[in-house]
Amino acid sequence: MRYWIAALCLGFGGLTLAEPPALHSGQEARYQALIEELRCLVCQNQNIAESNAPLAEDLRLQVAEMINAGRSDAEIKDYLVARYGDFVLYRPPFKPNTWLLWGGPFLLLVLGLVTAFRIFSGRRSETPDESVDQAALHKLLQGQSDQRNKS
Amino acid sequence: MPAIERIEVTQSVTSLFLPELGHFALCLALSLTVLQAVVPMLGVVTGRVLWSELARPAAIGQFSFLLIAYLILTWCFIVSDFSVSYVAHNSNTQLPLAYRISAVWGAHEGSLLLWVLMLASWTMAVAFFSKSLPRDLTATVLSVMGMVSIGFLLFMLLTSNPFDRQFPVPAEGRDLNPLLQDPGLIIHPPMLYMGYVGFSVAFAFAIAALIGGRLDTAWARWTRPWTTSAWMFLTLGIMLGSWWAYHELGWGGWWFWDPVENASFMPWLVGTALVHSLAVTEKRGIFKSWTVLLAITAFSMSLLGTFLVRSGVLVSVHAFATDPERGVFILGFFAIVVGGSLGLYAWRAPRFRASGKAGFFSREGFLLLNNIFLVVAAAAVFVGTLYPLLADAMSLGKLSVGPPYFNTVFVPLTLPLVLLVGCAAALNWKRGRVDTLWQRLRWVALLALAAGLAMPWLMLGKTTFLVIAAVSMAFWAMFSASEEIIRRGSRRGWLKIPAAIWGMSLAHFGLGIFVIGVTLVSAYSAENDVRLAPGESAELSGFEFRFEGITQYAGPNYDSTVGKVTVSRGNKALAVLEPEKRIYRAMGNAMTEAGVLPRLHRDLYVSLGEPLSGQAWSLRLYYRPFMRFVWLGALLMALGGFLAMFDRRYRKPGKLDSGIERHAVAESDV
Repeated sequence: MRYWIAALCLGFGGLTLAEPPALHSGQEARYQALIEELRCLVCQNQNIAESNAPLAEDLRLQVAEMINAGRSDAEIKDYLVARYGDFVLYRPPFKPNTWLLWGGPFLLLVLGLVTAFRIFSGRRSETPDESVDQAALHKLLQGQSDQRNKS
Repeated sequence: MPAIERIEVTQSVTSLFLPELGHFALCLALSLTVLQAVVPMLGVVTGRVLWSELARPAAIGQFSFLLIAYLILTWCFIVSDFSVSYVAHNSNTQLPLAYRISAVWGAHEGSLLLWVLMLASWTMAVAFFSKSLPRDLTATVLSVMGMVSIGFLLFMLLTSNPFDRQFPVPAEGRDLNPLLQDPGLIIHPPMLYMGYVGFSVAFAFAIAALIGGRLDTAWARWTRPWTTSAWMFLTLGIMLGSWWAYHELGWGGWWFWDPVENASFMPWLVGTALVHSLAVTEKRGIFKSWTVLLAITAFSMSLLGTFLVRSGVLVSVHAFATDPERGVFILGFFAIVVGGSLGLYAWRAPRFRASGKAGFFSREGFLLLNNIFLVVAAAAVFVGTLYPLLADAMSLGKLSVGPPYFNTVFVPLTLPLVLLVGCAAALNWKRGRVDTLWQRLRWVALLALAAGLAMPWLMLGKTTFLVIAAVSMAFWAMFSASEEIIRRGSRRGWLKIPAAIWGMSLAHFGLGIFVIGVTLVSAYSAENDVRLAPGESAELSGFEFRFEGITQYAGPNYDSTVGKVTVSRGNKALAVLEPEKRIYRAMGNAMTEAGVLPRLHRDLYVSLGEPLSGQAWSLRLYYRPFMRFVWLGALLMALGGFLAMFDRRYRKPGKLDSGIERHAVAESDV
């Protein structure tokens, strides 16, 4: 399904890997996690771990250098956001323009649960009305069968 | 005349008129579809029986002409008729025959043709299997399906005609997108489309219910098998897409939260909710208008998916603006379908009255919870997919919403579903009781917890709280599904278990398998990017990957570089993996084929990168525990849907009041 996207990216499909950058030992997992959350800016929809565009390669190297220089994840992201904007982050920051994005689904869930609860408690409160109907129905049926018995 | 020459002459003669014939067949199909949409509906309104009866022959005619058009296009691909520009753009003489046939749906115009052909097949199926339904209902359903078909046929003829010609005729075609030259991609799109289009049946039934004002147990029962089969196809389609992406893209991932994937996932989530709410409507006569709304939404989501994929709006808002013809058409069509049906809904739905009542702690209540979580999950995917587009359009800044967002939001919205599944069969309709539920399921719960604690630790050597929680829930779903089958089988005999119960239990068991797969593959995967010269090796998760070197070979329409990697653990060689890198000759495109050693409990996966200095290559190594469980789980869910369709009560329509039927309903209980 991703072919449309992959097809549109520069390298046209598939994985290409340049020489992996050298990292201080123990930092590989951090590096991998970071590059998977950063977007390749010239590709359609790929992170810089997947992309083979020159820019992505460049960004991978920069991330590796910053990790080796002892910078924290937040510092590295801040540096990239300052240069490329929020667009570079696949995990959008929690800001006024993303409140709806992050909060919307959970707000909807609360709304749904409250509505469901009200429907069910409402249905229970309707019960007397229906039971009156049932009683009337019962009486009607009874009357009918009485008549039938009489006849 | 020598044989070859004769073929060439025949070909050039057929090439003169065959594509025109195909175009003409499309036009005829459109006119029959207009007939199918308009006349039966008028017949229903005016009470003219003959007019209503026209729906069936018109549907058959529509299907026949679309099939003719489809076969002609296929023929054009087989004989490489490059005067048809769609063929010239998506095929060439080097392309193997199987891919020429599948190339018909390899790009925009042809996949639309496949789409309408499938819509016509579903229409035919409804026409044939609905003989016992009330005449007005059948006529209305077929008419509504005709209206949908008109929209797509017009779209195809006005903006995306697959039979457009081009002169002068090029000597050689371009190529089928090499990403699509894979067995997985031959069947993935048709399955997906069968699912998308299949929801049009549920949609048509919903609209018919709104128009006719009839929404009862019988209606729900007629709608259910159609919905379930569409859902099954969609499940298979999504699964195949995931499997393909894993093998073909070389990134070792199975789901990317890509907008195109999300476009197929939204109708799946809503469709799953629909399958469950239909059960409540059939059994208990409540949630009626909600069920109708879900049927409308499921199909609208399918249309939205088409719009997102086909209009180019996903690529960028600007790509949409530069060539807006197609996008505007689909958007308009989408607006008419959604706006029209929701308007009808607002007008007519309030008349549907619930005929039963229930307490919250009941099967109805839990199924409503299921629906809420599924719909909210779909909404989350919707918001995440469209937010960047909206933010950009409203100048709120350029944002990216990717896997980190979806994983964070989606997991808490869907894990409760797995908990609910366990109670599904054990909780009574109307009013359940906590103590009976506990009585029945306490051993299941304990066993699930024990298995959740033990399994990750035993198999993978370490565990975390989240893994224990998720795996326990998965076992809970699996064990309770098994408990239902065992209980019924041991009490009343295994052969007496209705197909619907087998189907439900199998699907819920499959969900458990799926959750185990997703949890373990996310928590314990390992990967490594390495640079290896021939003879060198690298280690990952206790396995040794030794790079032996590369060889070259020529495929039918590509040249391939194959790496040879020996995988071993300890001193025991396990396999030789052969990741490939192909260059397709026609356009010079590069593609990867991963080398995979699949096992039920783990995959080892190598993809070939780039040649580096000296003889060395860059390679990417992956260790993916329980990867197969993800697809196995989805497969079981689809199989469950398949079984449920064959429940015998669906085969005895119109006999609601017979004693046997009532017995069957009581038996099935789903």
